[in-house]
Amino acid sequence: MDTVMSAAVIRPYGDTTGDGMVQVSFTLPLAADKRGEGAALQLAGKMGIDPAMVVHARPIGAQHTFFVVYGRVNHLVEPGKVVVAERDYPLLSAKEVNAAIRARLRRKLVVVGACIGTDAHTVGIDAILNVKGIAGEKGLEYYRECRVVNLGAQVAVAALVEHARAEKADAVLVSQVVTQRDAHLTNTREMSAAFREAFPAAKRPLLVVGGPRFDELQTADLGVDRIFGRGTTPREVASYLIHAVGAR
Amino acid sequence: MNKLKLDRRTVATARRLAAAAGRPVVDLARSHTTVSVERATLRLAGITGADPDGIPWVNRLVDTVVEQVGLGGGVAGPVFDALQRDGHQDLTLLAQKAAAGSVTFRAETPAAAKRAAARAVKTGLAQVDRRRRERDRLIKRYGDPKQRPWIYLIVATGDIHEDIPQAQAAARAGADVIAVIRSTGQSLLDYVPEGATREGFAGTYATQENFRLMRAALDDTSKEVGRYVRLTNYASGLCMPEIAALAGLERLDMMLNDSMYGILFRDINPIRTFVDQRFSRQVHARAGIIINTGEDNYLTTADAVDAAHTVTVSQLLNEYFAHEAGLEDWQLGLGHAFEINPELPESFRLELAHALLARELFPDAPLKWMPPTKHMTGDVFRGNLLDGFFNLAGALTGQGILLVGMMTEAVVTPWLSDRDIALQNVRYVLSAAGNLHEDFTPGAFIRDRAHTVLGEAVTLLRQIGRQGLLDAIGEGTFGIMRRPADRGKGLDGVAAREPGYFNPAIEILDGPSWTQS
Repeated sequence: MDTVMSAAVIRPYGDTTGDGMVQVSFTLPLAADKRGEGAALQLAGKMGIDPAMVVHARPIGAQHTFFVVYGRVNHLVEPGKVVVAERDYPLLSAKEVNAAIRARLRRKLVVVGACIGTDAHTVGIDAILNVKGIAGEKGLEYYRECRVVNLGAQVAVAALVEHARAEKADAVLVSQVVTQRDAHLTNTREMSAAFREAFPAAKRPLLVVGGPRFDELQTADLGVDRIFGRGTTPREVASYLIHAVGAR
Repeated sequence: MNKLKLDRRTVATARRLAAAAGRPVVDLARSHTTVSVERATLRLAGITGADPDGIPWVNRLVDTVVEQVGLGGGVAGPVFDALQRDGHQDLTLLAQKAAAGSVTFRAETPAAAKRAAARAVKTGLAQVDRRRRERDRLIKRYGDPKQRPWIYLIVATGDIHEDIPQAQAAARAGADVIAVIRSTGQSLLDYVPEGATREGFAGTYATQENFRLMRAALDDTSKEVGRYVRLTNYASGLCMPEIAALAGLERLDMMLNDSMYGILFRDINPIRTFVDQRFSRQVHARAGIIINTGEDNYLTTADAVDAAHTVTVSQLLNEYFAHEAGLEDWQLGLGHAFEINPELPESFRLELAHALLARELFPDAPLKWMPPTKHMTGDVFRGNLLDGFFNLAGALTGQGILLVGMMTEAVVTPWLSDRDIALQNVRYVLSAAGNLHEDFTPGAFIRDRAHTVLGEAVTLLRQIGRQGLLDAIGEGTFGIMRRPADRGKGLDGVAAREPGYFNPAIEILDGPSWTQS
């Protein structure tokens, strides 16, 4: 263990320490002939695999070929220089989220979601909230310890504030897809200002906004607690919510 | 086939209980209408096109009629009355005038206007009938796939012009059925987008023009490969009836069309769903379309062993609703899936028990067999092995439609090479063991498991019968979702049919059994 940790450089492991062996597969838009195979070797070489062996070449239709390549990669890995971007909250499974809510709140976590302004694209909020979810992950409705109120599209900010109050929301989730004339930023600022006006700081629900065109670092500017960008999954949102609500 | 030695009386009891649970819901469907049913009727009557914002004229027209005279009397009467008073023939033109606020609709419809409405709808249904005969002719000419199960592959680029070459390549590589996945969120749009579309989220919008383009391309490919390649889309969500009508008009061959999916997974109002579903199934019956139901989805939220009987219950309900709407057994692609945790000992034997139970309960239905998704990880090698076992279970239990599993499930949308590897997997299993069912007789373990699941299904059906299906859904019997009948999306588009309700499409579809001439 110590020797591995202290090694300044390492190489991939095939069957002998330091042999540097890797296996890759890819498809090239070329016919499966000698030229195609040569092209695969050329790519492998540029990827730092030398010597490279094309062990499998299979035509897919007339114009594509799938290759499997084995070979020795000449790059070195320096474990000491690996930088890991730490998430500031732990990523939990649905089960762990439920357990954390039970332990920390002793009641259900209430989430109110909506698309605000004229935005009718509920894709984002539905992906996060609907049971159907996204990318094989179920949405927050699936979490037994979450109570989800999805208000849908084109919800007025005033109505959102009222619903959040009536439902005693722990968190308000807003998604914004339309970005014409920076509508997503204007709408979000309007929303956060309304919540700040309507609630004392300690009672204000967490404000979370998401959408493909947001900058995740812009929270202070927009007056929200968290921004989620493209590719966010329900689990990340749920993990964040219990982390942030629990911390209050 | 009675390899499981199922007790005939238990099977008959299960069917009787499913019918008893479903009947009140059918009564509900027959006494209500929805904006989407009315829009589908007008689409059959010939309205097309959209306003400059992309909102279909049929939406503008129905909204205006509902605003002026309400929904409960049906929309076709007021529309054709206005058309006749206005003195012109074109529905689209009328919709444009109505949207501009220059048409007044009346609730009372003269007989002549009703006759005109019926004529127009009949013209649309005649087109659906022609499309069905056209399909029969093409199947005769090019032939059905040589093997069962049919191989079902998905394309999903978001751009119809990218989908087409991918679908054609998939067909050449052996796909018998092509499904074009819809854009995320289309199910919650209360209108059907218009025209050829090139932008979608993780899928391509279902539009009449996209249907037409893809069907025409696959007709070319059918000729080329010498077998009729079927096309699938989704009649689900808020526009289920309209999409069913468009599918009939453009000769789609299969449609995903579950009785409860929208309620449970999309939070669409239960009444809206059941009303829309009955109409859409009547259209599918007429169009000769095979429906695919969505029981596989339950197993992605609930445990595939604990919830196995909810699949059986849903299949029985789907069968009842389908028969009631006029669909025949050959049109029932009842769904189920290979979703048991592979870490569970004997998981494959349990899968065989569940798959065989579905096969023997519905001997004449082309069952839709769905691949593992829930327990697929980034380990593509293990995923390919799991898909191989899924394919073997499909062959061994005589499934009708096999959705090809991808080893990159849960990693990326399938690459060209993923699809090729997946098809190699299917071809190997079918060629190596496609007839293994001839030698396969299950032992006590599989038989007992199937009997247990059927028994649990009967118990659940009794409970649903006592409670009522709507209340059962409201209280979270299926999956863990509680979906009360007075909540959910699309409820404002539902109305009880009033005494003078007039809808020529429903009159024809409810009429004496239609037979192909």
